[in-house]
Amino acid sequence: MLVNQFLMLGAVLFCIGVYGVIVRKNAVMVLMSIELILNAVNINLLAFALRNGSVDGHTFALYVIAVAAAEVGVGLAMVLLMYRNRRSIGLDELSEMKG
Amino acid sequence: MIAADFLVAQNVGFGIVAIIMVVSALRVVTSNNVVHAALWLVLVLASVAAQYVLLAAEFLAVTQVLVYIGAVMVLFLFGTMLTRASIGAETDLNNKNWFIAVPVAVILLATMIIALNDGFGNEKMPNDAPVVTTQQVSDQIFGPYLLPFWALSFVLLAATVGAIVLSRRD
Repeated sequence: MLVNQFLMLGAVLFCIGVYGVIVRKNAVMVLMSIELILNAVNINLLAFALRNGSVDGHTFALYVIAVAAAEVGVGLAMVLLMYRNRRSIGLDELSEMKG
Repeated sequence: MIAADFLVAQNVGFGIVAIIMVVSALRVVTSNNVVHAALWLVLVLASVAAQYVLLAAEFLAVTQVLVYIGAVMVLFLFGTMLTRASIGAETDLNNKNWFIAVPVAVILLATMIIALNDGFGNEKMPNDAPVVTTQQVSDQIFGPYLLPFWALSFVLLAATVGAIVLSRRD
């Protein structure tokens, strides 16, 4: 196995996630794309952990998973609040800060 | 690099899982149905868990299945069900700036691939790397990385309290 094949896979997954974050209008779909990005980062962390023979990458991958779970919890609570106040979760309709 | 390098069983497994992962990830960001996108995301997360096994990280693979496929996906499906009355296909999931998104993603990918080729080239993973045991990971977490672990506990506490405060009806 090459080191590069895992890093390239992480890069592809990251770019698909970035595309999703930019192009999606639905807030739940944007959160899903963020999950793609976080998983790409985890693949990179574990690839470098295997390459360098250390365990630090595993620790930080676990921390990333925990932070992602917290982020999804708060994010979906915000989406629910948005839906309750405006009956819509379109991100392009949140234009109060435009003046 | 010769063809025999690619015929190891690990490489075949990697290729199959990688193809499944990339196709599912593309379906996640292009699907017109929120529930279908969530189910494609399950496939992506399961493929990531399989890659963790290939990377000798069995504890992380199990955690990925438990936390992501178990808990986070249920949260996503609940979020979808609670914010949309209709489950069928929708036409307005994407906004108008795909002409920005495609160049950004492609340029980013090209930059990263060039940089990775420069940096790592044909460097190989160590062949005889031992599987990282759960004991080693926990020794790391409760040893040198104890302070980040505490901080993470407070992050989770704050997220729980924040989610309750945000979503309760007064």
